[in-house]
Amino acid sequence: MSAVTTTAASLPQLRRNLTTARLPKWSQAAVAAGSVALGCGIGAGFGLASHLQWGLIAAALFVIVSYALSARVEGRRQAKDRLATSVVWVAFVAAVVPLAALTFYTVQQGIAVVDANFLTHSMKGVLSAGPGGGIYHALIGTLQQVALATLIAAPLGLLTAVYLVEYGRGRLARTVTFFVDVMTGIPSIVAGLFVLSVWILGLGFSYSGFAGSLALAILMMPVVVRSTEEMLKLVPNELREASYALGVPRWKTILRIVIPTAIGGITTGVMLAVARITGETAPVLMLVFGADIINNNPFQDPQQSLPMYIWQQYAQVNNDFGYARAWGAALVLIAFVMGLNLIARGIARWRSPKTGH
Amino acid sequence: MTSSHPADAPGRVRRRKTSQLGDKIFFNAARGAGILLLVIMAAIAGFLAYRSALALSKNQGNFLTTFEWAPDAPKPVFGIAVLAFGTIVSAVIAMVIAVPVAIGIALFISHYAPRKIAQPFAYLVDLLAAVPSIVYGLWGALFLVPHLDGLTSWMDQYLGWTYVFDQTRAGTTPRTLFTVGILLAIMVLPIITAVTREVFRQVPRMHEEAALALGATRWEMIRTSVLPFGRPGIISASMLGLGRALGETIAVAVVLSSNSVLSLHLLDPGGGTFAQNIALKFNEAGSFGRDALMASGLVLFVITLLVNGAARMIVARRKEYSGANA
Amino acid sequence: MKLQRNGRSKALVVGAMALVSSLSLAACGSDDNTGGAGAAGTSAPAAAAIACGKAGALVAAGSTAQGNAIDVWKTNFGNACAGSSVNYSGGGSGAGVQQFTQGKVQFAGSDSALKPAEVDATKAVCTGGQGINLPLVAGLISIVFNVDGVDKLTLDGATTAKIFDSQITKWNDPAIAALNPGVNLPAADIQAFHRSDDSGTTDNLTKYFAKASGGAWSYPSSKTWAGKGGQSASGSAGLAAQVKQVKNSISYVELSFAQTNSLKSAAINTGASKPVEATADNAATTFAKAKIAGTGSDLALTLDYATKEEGSYPLVLVTYEIVCDKGNKADTLETLKSFLTYAASDGGQQAIGSTGYVPLPKELASKVQAVIPTLA
Repeated sequence: MSAVTTTAASLPQLRRNLTTARLPKWSQAAVAAGSVALGCGIGAGFGLASHLQWGLIAAALFVIVSYALSARVEGRRQAKDRLATSVVWVAFVAAVVPLAALTFYTVQQGIAVVDANFLTHSMKGVLSAGPGGGIYHALIGTLQQVALATLIAAPLGLLTAVYLVEYGRGRLARTVTFFVDVMTGIPSIVAGLFVLSVWILGLGFSYSGFAGSLALAILMMPVVVRSTEEMLKLVPNELREASYALGVPRWKTILRIVIPTAIGGITTGVMLAVARITGETAPVLMLVFGADIINNNPFQDPQQSLPMYIWQQYAQVNNDFGYARAWGAALVLIAFVMGLNLIARGIARWRSPKTGH
Repeated sequence: MTSSHPADAPGRVRRRKTSQLGDKIFFNAARGAGILLLVIMAAIAGFLAYRSALALSKNQGNFLTTFEWAPDAPKPVFGIAVLAFGTIVSAVIAMVIAVPVAIGIALFISHYAPRKIAQPFAYLVDLLAAVPSIVYGLWGALFLVPHLDGLTSWMDQYLGWTYVFDQTRAGTTPRTLFTVGILLAIMVLPIITAVTREVFRQVPRMHEEAALALGATRWEMIRTSVLPFGRPGIISASMLGLGRALGETIAVAVVLSSNSVLSLHLLDPGGGTFAQNIALKFNEAGSFGRDALMASGLVLFVITLLVNGAARMIVARRKEYSGANA
Repeated sequence: MKLQRNGRSKALVVGAMALVSSLSLAACGSDDNTGGAGAAGTSAPAAAAIACGKAGALVAAGSTAQGNAIDVWKTNFGNACAGSSVNYSGGGSGAGVQQFTQGKVQFAGSDSALKPAEVDATKAVCTGGQGINLPLVAGLISIVFNVDGVDKLTLDGATTAKIFDSQITKWNDPAIAALNPGVNLPAADIQAFHRSDDSGTTDNLTKYFAKASGGAWSYPSSKTWAGKGGQSASGSAGLAAQVKQVKNSISYVELSFAQTNSLKSAAINTGASKPVEATADNAATTFAKAKIAGTGSDLALTLDYATKEEGSYPLVLVTYEIVCDKGNKADTLETLKSFLTYAASDGGQQAIGSTGYVPLPKELASKVQAVIPTLA
């Protein structure tokens, strides 16, 4: 990486000696500022309602002007380079805008709603057409459902990955690998529909948090298998061989040497999978029924979940109070998922294989 | 580990026995987990296929060409034409927007940005990949749709002649397949970027430096060494994104004004997608209606499978390729 | 490449800590919302009238049209009867009936009475009995619109059907203008919104079209929207929200959704001397004429959508609570009866009257009140 940047940075100096005409360093920034100003001017002048158009005009201006300017002063090859640079910058900005808008808007809308009362109260006795209420019941529901799903999926996924990496050679292993691939492709709504039809309608169990966990576990399992597999493959064979050479049996080698060596990566994978299923809405929507009271028992009676709560507040309440609660819940959900992600990445970084050649 | 003396023969035998037992148990547990996973998968596939067959056998319409979705009517009629069209069109729009932008961002992070910006920005993009789809949906419905209003009527005005961007009725809110496409693009952008960036990072430095040493500009270096090396990676990253876009449920259900119309006027409300249709209809569906929904789910499943499979194959081929290079 | 092995337990500790800290949250939540600003203030007078039975938790599902009514009832009921709760999931009438016949819920809310086949299906759940329809929430579907400069709008069956079928596409169409002399209708496109999910409200609207549109609605009545064109949204609340946001729009929602979103409702020209406004009183006139079609304790109603009587609003709907006449779940029977008794009482009916529903006519209400104690 560093080598590339230094070479790239030293290139202009070299060029300057060879060619005469060269745009000054500040020109790119000036063109950018100019086109933004012009874009806004055109937008405001022609009364274009959407700020998106302002941005698009400014972006187009920036690309065109910097190309034209460079083509005039520096020649075609350099102009092409400038064009690519400006397009890449525009892509960067074009991506930052919606993603930043999303984050900013959610925080802005949510922060006004989230307070101690919101976090510690359920929706019991709150009119959906009125203000008040909280997400505590949904938070508990989501935590329990996700925890249960993890309890099912993580050990199963881990064992499967161990089988595939440490034992798997034959046809069975190949079939399992194939079906794990297939399983990653299950759309979440289909997993929900499956559990609904088999577990609730077929076998006659009631709607409960656990039913939701089952669907989540189906979605989580292949992710855990995949990431664990990758991590186990990273464990150098020398470690295993050294262990065998000392007369340690295979299972003990796996349990005491291989898994501990890869535990950082495995934990990261599991946590990323947890973060992913926490935000799943569609299967939960079909299976946990939804509730507005606190239910601490995921195995019996309906439960609520955060994503479903957001969906209900948007789709079934659909007024300003509902939107406010939905944003509050969305903020909490994002914070939770991102928190998990950050921790997972932290672990990954701290436990990551240090390359030492 | 108890240390064993070579002379202590009976102890060694015992230890070998227990270790063999342990090995057996552990092996069987691991294999059992693999088999269980297979069984679950087979159960899902078999169950879906069985229920779909039940539904299809009673369908009065043509499953592939019928527009309506009325499986619970006295004469059950349902077809996936509209759903397949909507799913594919919205996913294609998403890809057309997301892939070039994602490549741009990945290049930005790996080759253009000052390091101080690149690192945190890469982090941010990764985090955004984890934002739950319901939040995207909420944002799409309450923020994006109102903000796209001006753009769509402007497109109607100036690009209306293309037919595709013609709005047949002025003043409709843009709760359309086009908007869904944009929203999906924003949703899959972080995923595609993350993978593409990793691929660009793996480009052999020698290739890049060789290009630069020959006097190439930065763009020429990227075009001659980075992009060719990264192409399979870009394709498989796009496929991963496509897989997610195809199966997206809630965000689409929240934003799209669905209707059983099949129209190339992308700025007109209407259409639908597989997943969105299931989410909307399963509540009111009778047991036969649910079977019909499962048939559509199976189709979605198969499409996703093909896309994912293609991505895997490309990745696998790339591995051999880069292995030769390393 | 080398992997380091030290500090593996730390990784586990961090993971476990995250889990534990999130679960430790489990100790500090509360169901009590009465103290906060969000408490439902309207409940005070009604609360006195509720006779709580044995405490229990009811689970119910069904129609979204009665969602606002159940919302009020369960709030009042829950506040008056500590320990009792009602959990209503508004997934739609069909879902409600289905979950009832599978024994997943204690009662279901449905916009249409049980069909004979469905009654048979309920016999499996109601040991020794069958499912019956109790009309508890009467309402009306109002044609809501959002057109600048138009406060009052009159439509008739045929025009409404044509608007929703995209046969009439402009607000200043002669057909609409003829019904609204003196109203300044804009030359704008009509944005018609319909339900994207299957719904009992759609079913009732299309039943009305079948009777009162003079053939302009060429589709059979059904829960699934069949008309051409237009835009869609899911749920009554979704439609109301769209009409509120979109200019020149029109849609159909239960009156309570029109009221909670302060939307304007069109009057209907039924052929009576004056167009009939969408008000609870006018709907009550229609309900007073409704005939009971059910037998025994089943109180399914037959509604006259083609009514031409003065001040009788034709586009009405009634939501039934579906319960077993015999064989309800023993442990929740008491709670079920006390909840339904409250719902059918004057207090319960008045409470939902203020949110845009139609209190049941006295005669009908007393029939319902007579049936509830006989449930077993």
